[in-house]
Amino acid sequence: MTTILPRKDVVIVGLGWTGAILAHELTEGGLDVVAIERGPWRDTATDFNIGYAQDELRYGIRRDLFLQPAVEAMTMRNSTSQTALPMRDYGSFLPGNGVGGAGVHWNGHTWRFWDSDFQIADHLRDRYGAGRIQDLQLQNWGVTGAEMEKSFDRFEYLAGISGKAGNISGQIQEGGNPFEDPRARDYPLPPMQMTYAPTLFAEVTRSLNLHPFPTPSANLSKDYINPLGIAMGQCTMCGFCERFGCANYSKSSAQTTILPVLMKKKNFEVRTDSEVLHVDLDASKKHARGVTYVNTSGEEFFQPADMVLLCAYGLHNVRLMMLSGIGQIYDPNTGEGTIGRNYCYQTNAGAQVFFDDKNFNPFIAAGALGQTVDDYNGDAFDHGPLDFVGGAGINCIPSNGRPIQTRPTPPGTPRWGSDWKKATVKSYKSTLGFSSQGSSYPTRGNYLDLDPTYTDRFGRPLLRFTFDFPDNDIRMSNWVSDRMEDIAKAFGGRQYTNTRRKKGWDSVPYQSTHNTGGAIMGTDPKTSAVNKYLQSWDVANVFVIGASAFAHNAGKNPTGTVGALAFHAADVIRQQYLRNPGQPLVSA
Amino acid sequence: METHCLKRPTRRQFLSSVAFTILAGSAAPVMARSISGSLPWEARSADPPVQVKPGGWLFFTPEEAQTMEAVADRLVPADDLSLGGKDAGCVLYLDRQLVGSYGTSSRLYTKGPFMPGLATQGYQAPDTPAQRYRSGIAALNAFTRETKGGKRFAELAPTDQDAVLKDLEAGKITLPNKVDAKSFFNLMLANVMEGFFADPIYGGNKDMASWKMLGFPGARYDYRDHVSKHNQPYPLPPVSIAGSMEWMTR
Amino acid sequence: MSRIVFSLTLAATTLSAGLAFAQAPDQADEIIRGRYQAILGDCAACHTAPGAKPLSGGLPLETPFGQIIPPNITPDKASGIGNWTEADFRSALKNGIGHDGKRLYPAMPYPAYTKMTDKDVGNLWSYLRTVDPVFNPVESNQLPFPFNIRLSMMGWNMLNFTPGEFRPDPSKSAEWNRGAYIVQGPGHCGTCHSPKTALGADETSEALQGGSLQGWYAPNITGNSYIGIGSWSEDEIVQYLKTGTNGHTIASGPMAEAIQASTSLMADEDVKAIATYLKSTEGGPAQKPQPIPASDARMKVGAAIYHDTCSACHGGDGKGASQLFPALAGSSIVQQPSSETLMRLVLQGSQAVHTPQAKTTPAMPSLGWRLSDEQVAAVLTYVRNSWGNAAPSVGASDIGVQR
Repeated sequence: MTTILPRKDVVIVGLGWTGAILAHELTEGGLDVVAIERGPWRDTATDFNIGYAQDELRYGIRRDLFLQPAVEAMTMRNSTSQTALPMRDYGSFLPGNGVGGAGVHWNGHTWRFWDSDFQIADHLRDRYGAGRIQDLQLQNWGVTGAEMEKSFDRFEYLAGISGKAGNISGQIQEGGNPFEDPRARDYPLPPMQMTYAPTLFAEVTRSLNLHPFPTPSANLSKDYINPLGIAMGQCTMCGFCERFGCANYSKSSAQTTILPVLMKKKNFEVRTDSEVLHVDLDASKKHARGVTYVNTSGEEFFQPADMVLLCAYGLHNVRLMMLSGIGQIYDPNTGEGTIGRNYCYQTNAGAQVFFDDKNFNPFIAAGALGQTVDDYNGDAFDHGPLDFVGGAGINCIPSNGRPIQTRPTPPGTPRWGSDWKKATVKSYKSTLGFSSQGSSYPTRGNYLDLDPTYTDRFGRPLLRFTFDFPDNDIRMSNWVSDRMEDIAKAFGGRQYTNTRRKKGWDSVPYQSTHNTGGAIMGTDPKTSAVNKYLQSWDVANVFVIGASAFAHNAGKNPTGTVGALAFHAADVIRQQYLRNPGQPLVSA
Repeated sequence: METHCLKRPTRRQFLSSVAFTILAGSAAPVMARSISGSLPWEARSADPPVQVKPGGWLFFTPEEAQTMEAVADRLVPADDLSLGGKDAGCVLYLDRQLVGSYGTSSRLYTKGPFMPGLATQGYQAPDTPAQRYRSGIAALNAFTRETKGGKRFAELAPTDQDAVLKDLEAGKITLPNKVDAKSFFNLMLANVMEGFFADPIYGGNKDMASWKMLGFPGARYDYRDHVSKHNQPYPLPPVSIAGSMEWMTR
Repeated sequence: MSRIVFSLTLAATTLSAGLAFAQAPDQADEIIRGRYQAILGDCAACHTAPGAKPLSGGLPLETPFGQIIPPNITPDKASGIGNWTEADFRSALKNGIGHDGKRLYPAMPYPAYTKMTDKDVGNLWSYLRTVDPVFNPVESNQLPFPFNIRLSMMGWNMLNFTPGEFRPDPSKSAEWNRGAYIVQGPGHCGTCHSPKTALGADETSEALQGGSLQGWYAPNITGNSYIGIGSWSEDEIVQYLKTGTNGHTIASGPMAEAIQASTSLMADEDVKAIATYLKSTEGGPAQKPQPIPASDARMKVGAAIYHDTCSACHGGDGKGASQLFPALAGSSIVQQPSSETLMRLVLQGSQAVHTPQAKTTPAMPSLGWRLSDEQVAAVLTYVRNSWGNAAPSVGASDIGVQR
């Protein structure tokens, strides 16, 4: 039996970064908003208690704050010729769970995508010709960098990002990223104090005529009060950041930047430990009536609402659309359907340099404390003579010295025994790592759909990945690895390793929780799931907000762009949609 | 302030909530909460780990424990850098893990059908870690009895133990009862290393031995006073979730 | 689908309706002034239970003598004060004798309210008549024998209670007198901040010098510069009472509630008057004792614990971070003679105040699971005797009481 609840203006699925931003903006606009969150309530003092927040086994290895596969798993295969099997444990990526979502345990790298990303198809076609990108399914996002600037700015000031601008209104700024798009003003806080490894990385890359700059960080360099009046503390560089909640209010999250204000509002409510099963549509399938959810006692509720905002993790947004019959599921054979289209990931590779005479104190670290070189990222360099498009940021951001996971040893070291131990002790403090975070471009054959065999605890089909790294991206990553080898050599260490990206996406080792696409934004309802305002082309009172909207993934962490898209959507809902609710903002 | 059902779900309740239909009639169900008008917070609320105390095996039989202690002492041998895996408590750690959610895979996706997969698809067998240790240790001892003059693994000389472990690691040994040698070795290696390097509160890493060995300061939370001291050793000893010697009143 | 548009309009309508009183203008004035008296007196703190209808009865108060439940003071005839007359109400507030001659327990701060002017009491009465009547029978008296005998209050009153309105001091400014009136009268600050006699009355000779209640220690709020608020400027006192935070400290516990429901809503000039008055009061030792030396064994242990557990928020120098982590260095709360509040904060944790100007609402985590009694005592002894602080050491045996 389903209990029918009193109507609300807006129901939000998921209370992480995007859900909290939208809830705050729309309650400011006077709307009555309820958020339905699958996981538990989480607050700093209780759940990230400073006495045990720094527990590597519990949070880093057993991943206490994350979505557990028993709650929802996903299946994967590398190509349509294989049978997808469930990822029985998450490995390659780690979706979040609970209030704050993955924004609780992220690193805090906060980037802006560039105009050449948002208009990628036009930009690359104009510069290199259509032939260069014919194997890729590149599409424009429907927005421009200039259009997104104020939304990026709002997210960065909300979150207290620490960094150095590289381009203010067209003026290149010394010490910032010279390749970034113009921004209206600098970051709200100066860069973090650098540890030794990124300092050395900056010296070495600068000597190679590259342009290192401090990675924009949501680990705060100073105490800060954000525009909502919420105070945050200075990061103490404890080295328990990514995979962990922050115990001292110094990493931006919904908890530290929005909830203290949002939760006090009489026109906002969150229901935790409640899983949304589907969005309910009316008979026309063009209008959402609300959502159906289940609480932990197994009781089912129907929450009617005038608007439904899908603000779960991007992958969950995509699956909920599929389970709800919003739009048509993408078919790689015909190229028809939009839900599941243009799933992308991140194309990463790494390098390590081993020294005899250095002590990097790897445990003095934060999730986003480091230096980046963007000379080979996106379209910052001329791909004319090359055989690929895209690029990678090269990052030296040593995030921790937690010893279960972070024990570098030189190649040839055994994995156990006395020799292993000697090498481990020798290398623990004296190894410098850096990595490339590469773009991931869509192809016809990389997509998401529903698994025909495996189901969740409610009997609903699991989300199925069909994904492998495209040849273009492998060529890109290997070319960037060559550049990294030059950098590794220039360090002058005892020896170095350079681990290259290969075909055959492996779901086991951790790579990146930057799963993008599946409900992408765009200009054409035939090739995108949502319009440039993240409004569903098919069901006009549904907005789908998250990295699910990315038409491709750049060589950058997605959260800055996700946060900006949330403000972008909130603005248009408040300023345009509510004047004529239920109507498409862009005519198809 | 309006919070319905003030009972805060503890971590353990949450984890068991994945099987909530069964839980609905039990003593402490996790209730969905509606929160509005306040930032919920309660005095005394904390969900710290419980200190593992030695004394008896909860999962292993004495013979299994003895085998694993021998394995742990070869993977992490005692030398002038640290004590060995056995004395560090790695097997105590493992024993307690195997009776918990890790050992029973209660957090993982354990629905069938079970099919052999590609390497990129990860572990696909139905056995939980607890079951894998039960069958794996039995298979290991059966193998050494068969090939090493009737001796169990723990009874072999250290050099012979190392040789067996190397062959397991390389997949050169075929263990009985279809136990995959390489995969079982990797499981043991991962878990022994967890026990050796995790916070001592979980039963291993006795006296923070591995942290002292590496120079890892443990559960500290503030390095602002050392961040700019590039290339200089960090002066303070490690701290556990349970504190340190410096916290002891004398 | 016009529901969203509709709800926006509705919000606007209810807003204006809320201000439209049916009564004549002067009566409306009286009600508005009475409502302000209810803010000054923080009636809701005791008489409104969390989540319940306003003034329909509160949560049990723990007194040293047993439990008292604040009654329903809505105008409901059956369970509230609907059958009371204004004279009954005056008598309750000013003499501690309620309807039908029942004697009130001094958990109801009538020893303070007796100082209120007749006009203010009359306004408060007018306001209370307009509150929504709620049927909620409350048996206030949960005390064990002999305290459950209301008549015993007669004896208590003879010993402890001086009825009578506030008498202004003509030698002092109007502002000072206004502050004294609020502090001693409707604001009833001494109910928490004055030490109590064995019978539970305010120790008038030590007014505002700190008191213990419900597991908290309400600190000295006299102008004493060592353990009082003498080192705060008047502006900082105002800032604290208006927002809950002022760079010296951040309110939590019962004071956070008092700030949220009462002082933050007071008129600026009244808060200023309170500051003027409090700064002028004296009490307690003005000289710091010698701090316990850093070489002391307890101090060494405390320093280690502080560095490993506390410094990430409160700073190695004890300076904290404004609006987020209270400063411990120079804090008078840290140096009170009683460390009751400090023990409680460490063991149980605490959530800070939330006001429109201080929205962060950070919380101190509970650390009782991590620290033994000896360790709590050591770290508090360290905090009380570092960075220029000086206060008696904390004994491990005191900690158990708070566990």
